[in-house]
Amino acid sequence: MKQFQYICPTTQQGVLDVINKPGTKIIAGGTNLVDLMKRGVTAPDKLVDINHLPLKSIISTPKGLYIGALALNSAVAEHELVARQYPLLAMALKAGASPQLRNMATVGGNMMQRTRCGYFYDTTMPCNKRAPGSGCGAYEGVNRMHAIFGGSSQCIAVHPSDMCVALAALNAVVIIAGKKGERRLPFTDFHRLPGEHPEMDNHLAANELIVGVEIPNNHFAANSYYLKVRDRQSYAFALVSVAAALDIENGIIRHARLAMGGVAHKPWRLFDAEQALAGKPVSEDSFKQAAQLAMQGAKGYGQNAFKLKLAPATIAEALKHAAGLA
Amino acid sequence: MKKEINLNMPSSSEGMSRIDGRLKVTGAAKYSAEYTVEGLTYGVLVGSTITKGTITAIDTKAAERAPGVIAVITHVNAIKVPGFQSEAGKPSAVRAQLKVFDDNKIVYNGQPVAVVIANTYERALYGASLVKTQYSKEQHETSLNASIGKGFPPHGDGLYKRGIQDAWKSAPYKVEQEYIVPTDTHNPMELHAIIAKWEADDKVTVWDKTQGVKATQHDIAQLFNIPVDNVQVNSKFVGGAFGSALRTWPHEVVALIAAKMVKRPVKLVLSRADMFTSVGHRPYTWQKIGIGATADGKLTGITHEAYGQTSTFENFTEGPVGVSQGLYACPNVNTKYNLVALNIGTPTWMRGPGEATGAFALESALDELSYLLKIDPIELRLRNYAETDPESGKPFSSKFLNEAYQMGADHIGWAERKPEPGTLKKDGLLVGYGIGCGMFGAYRSGATIKAKMTADGILLLQTAVSDIGPGTGTAMVLIAAEQMGIPAGNIRFENGASDLPQAPTQGGSATTASVGSAVHYACIELKEKFQKLTGNDSPKAIDYAQVLKQHNLPLLEVTTKSTAGDDRDKYAMNSWSVHFVKVLVNAATGVVKIDKVASVADSGHIISPKTARSQVVGGAIGGIGMALMEEAVMDHRYGRYINNNFADYHVAVNADIPQIDAQFVNKPDPYINPMGAKGMAEIALIGMAAAVANAVYNATGKRVRELPITPDKVMA
Ligand SMILES: Cc1cc2nc3c(=O)[nH]c(=O)nc-3n(C[C@H](O)[C@H](O)[C@H](O)COP(=O)(O)OP(=O)(O)OC[C@H]3O[C@@H](n4cnc5c(N)ncnc54)[C@H](O)[C@@H]3O)c2cc1C
Repeated sequence: MKQFQYICPTTQQGVLDVINKPGTKIIAGGTNLVDLMKRGVTAPDKLVDINHLPLKSIISTPKGLYIGALALNSAVAEHELVARQYPLLAMALKAGASPQLRNMATVGGNMMQRTRCGYFYDTTMPCNKRAPGSGCGAYEGVNRMHAIFGGSSQCIAVHPSDMCVALAALNAVVIIAGKKGERRLPFTDFHRLPGEHPEMDNHLAANELIVGVEIPNNHFAANSYYLKVRDRQSYAFALVSVAAALDIENGIIRHARLAMGGVAHKPWRLFDAEQALAGKPVSEDSFKQAAQLAMQGAKGYGQNAFKLKLAPATIAEALKHAAGLA
Repeated sequence: MKKEINLNMPSSSEGMSRIDGRLKVTGAAKYSAEYTVEGLTYGVLVGSTITKGTITAIDTKAAERAPGVIAVITHVNAIKVPGFQSEAGKPSAVRAQLKVFDDNKIVYNGQPVAVVIANTYERALYGASLVKTQYSKEQHETSLNASIGKGFPPHGDGLYKRGIQDAWKSAPYKVEQEYIVPTDTHNPMELHAIIAKWEADDKVTVWDKTQGVKATQHDIAQLFNIPVDNVQVNSKFVGGAFGSALRTWPHEVVALIAAKMVKRPVKLVLSRADMFTSVGHRPYTWQKIGIGATADGKLTGITHEAYGQTSTFENFTEGPVGVSQGLYACPNVNTKYNLVALNIGTPTWMRGPGEATGAFALESALDELSYLLKIDPIELRLRNYAETDPESGKPFSSKFLNEAYQMGADHIGWAERKPEPGTLKKDGLLVGYGIGCGMFGAYRSGATIKAKMTADGILLLQTAVSDIGPGTGTAMVLIAAEQMGIPAGNIRFENGASDLPQAPTQGGSATTASVGSAVHYACIELKEKFQKLTGNDSPKAIDYAQVLKQHNLPLLEVTTKSTAGDDRDKYAMNSWSVHFVKVLVNAATGVVKIDKVASVADSGHIISPKTARSQVVGGAIGGIGMALMEEAVMDHRYGRYINNNFADYHVAVNADIPQIDAQFVNKPDPYINPMGAKGMAEIALIGMAAAVANAVYNATGKRVRELPITPDKVMA
């Protein structure tokens, strides 16, 4: 392995002072970064270990829940407040990776994890995300796992996270620290579409640090479901996943939240379907109609064309579970 | 000669745990890569990034200058391996294998083009990243489907026929379908690894992951043109292999070349990605079956064609069409087996080898026929039950497959099955039941055991055989305990080294039958020696320690060789299995959940119930993986595997595996060997994939003929 420097600042300022230098990378749980280093996808000169920053807390605030960027995926999934008030998030986290990985993986790292596209991981293959300008291997290649929404001719990779799908559905907000202080970004605006610059996964600047996320209070706890369709029952990335949350009163849907994973370069919110569901009675028909609405603009690239059918089926299925009809 | 075997003979120490279990779970078991050898250096391979062509330049300077790097070896500077030079008189294993580092030709992607040797693994790894290779590319062929027109028979005309050619075509009820088994990889948990240490110019010791220390010993002797006795091969523990360590691979030769060149021992451990290209795989196989029957379900003809992958430099063959020749009493059978030579590493036997591939096709086709005939799949099998071997006409040495059907049907709850697909539901999911059978030759070959009783009352059994995980040592100890009438705890088993007495390679489900027979006879001989001493042939338990003390002897020992008798000429010998599977399917998403498995093995007398059960459970899990998720996916434009890691190449995990009900007919085969025990490792997997596919059909009405059965192929 290439030799690199490893530093371990104990203050946020200490981290911010060093991270904007080229070749510098933050390391949290290391479950993604170390793999990428082993495969030669990234080769930092300096690793900044942020595990000594006090960013592990999970606390209730008047407006909702605050989760520090270093809170472990397992700690969040098992936290009593999360289980009670934000079960969607707990379900999504538990659908991801393995217990061992969740015990190391952090919230910030999960958001920043990179695509699992096979062409991205193999340095001998073309990949615009890894090596801009080299082409997209997946576009006409092995793309069974790839995007059906928001892709570009440059890249059809998907963001692989489960947690992020739930956070997008729950209207979470990302809290980011930079040289000039803190800024807040809606979760749905954090990740980006590939466009002409697939090398950029999100809108975090090189000199910024994720410090936490906030989830606003909601009325979805009773009717939430995360459904992940995958090639094996555990420890596999989503073919399609759906985070569904309903606020139901007397059999009528007051508000709905829907987001999909495994279908785009970012967690994919289904705003049109959400709107269509508002005011509708809880019924399989409403769910199916919403699911169809969600598919506008979807596009298959060959091997992944099955997702055009699987995605609406999964949306309807997730809604059924959320509503208690399944 | 028929042996009287007491049917009620209790398996000695019913349910004894593995003798090496504690060593394994505590980490004390030492695998090949874990030996400390003085002056050890570390090798990391550099693999070709093209699929076919030649190396035009290879720049090793940066790597050579990197810290800790001792040598960079390529075809340019590698010593010549004598076995690669002259073809005459060399066994084909040596003749045909990849002549690693011998020239600049590239014949598959991932082929080793260099090895970097350094004083630490990390430094070798970094060094390897600095080797820059330039190639001249040629058009490669990696897709079997695209090259199927270039199929050729591996031996003779590749054809088999009994009765009328293509008789199925004139049957009133018939099915003709194509089936695909993709490339699956063995990928045992333990990576392939070797430590090579030259003791002298013509003398070498290796610690190597191998299923056959003797075979490896001979290969190395041939390759380096040195006396067999000058090669010591140790393989004390093997962390799974499933067939991948049945032969000598390029990385082993590389380690031997490198150790010779740097004049220090070299350790070479493959990466997980190398495990996909360099140590074989289950070959992608395209099959077509035509099968016909009368209205009352009597098979009138089977035609079975199979085209399997091989490499461009070696013909790898297995037996996918054999099941169609022997599983059912059908008068007219013709089969065809062809290979397609592609730019890939050579495939190799993977658990249940060709039979598992063939059984997926045959047992699926038979299931399709059962729906056409509206005859219960078990009943259809019974109507075509082979009482004698359909191929040779010989009687079977033993066969209780019909009893196995009944046991399995009871355990899975077959009575709940609905003949009409898609009609049984539970909690919003579709429920389906499927059956699939397996058969595999019951082999036995020569083996030698040295048995030594010392004055402390401890019996030591020694033989070269590898134990790749089935619990060979445990079974051998149980056989000896039974014969000697002493507790298993007083018996030691030493194996996995080439200087121990001859034993076959562990493969083909033949170890217990072969080595176990040698243990059996060695114990009888040893007991006789004691009886001679005491002049007493009473069957009462002998106090061996006491006898040795009385005669002032430190020990008594025998070396006993056992070989298969001529019963093999008179009887057809097979092991059989039947797998029953119950699945739950979400019709909307296509997700298949295995709800229950009942697997029944008809493999003679069960010697070690616990490890036998593990074999069945492991085989069923391997079969579930094969059925639902395993597939090494290649991008044929590049000839590279896309999912060459354990996150993306899916093997079954705990959540995929339900309760597996492992049952045994447990009736001894009176002819195969003195214990009446037949092999069971292969049959535990053969037929399982079809059982799953058939259950999915019963649940959904969707017939998946191309494995694996992923949600996209099942969803409504
Ligand atoms: C085999 C396997 C299977 C997996 N399966 C799933 C799955 O099914 N679903 C799923 O959702 N995930 C899955 N994962 C991914 C896993 O969730 C991520 O690896 C993990 O969340 C990353 O967190 P980490 O703390 O280890 O990040 P690290 O590896 O330490 O870092 C990842 C990236 O985030 C950056 N980073 C980390 N913290 C911050 C911060 N506070 N501010 C700015 N940048 C930061 C790092 O610089 C780095 O670029 C799987 C991973 C593996 C290895």
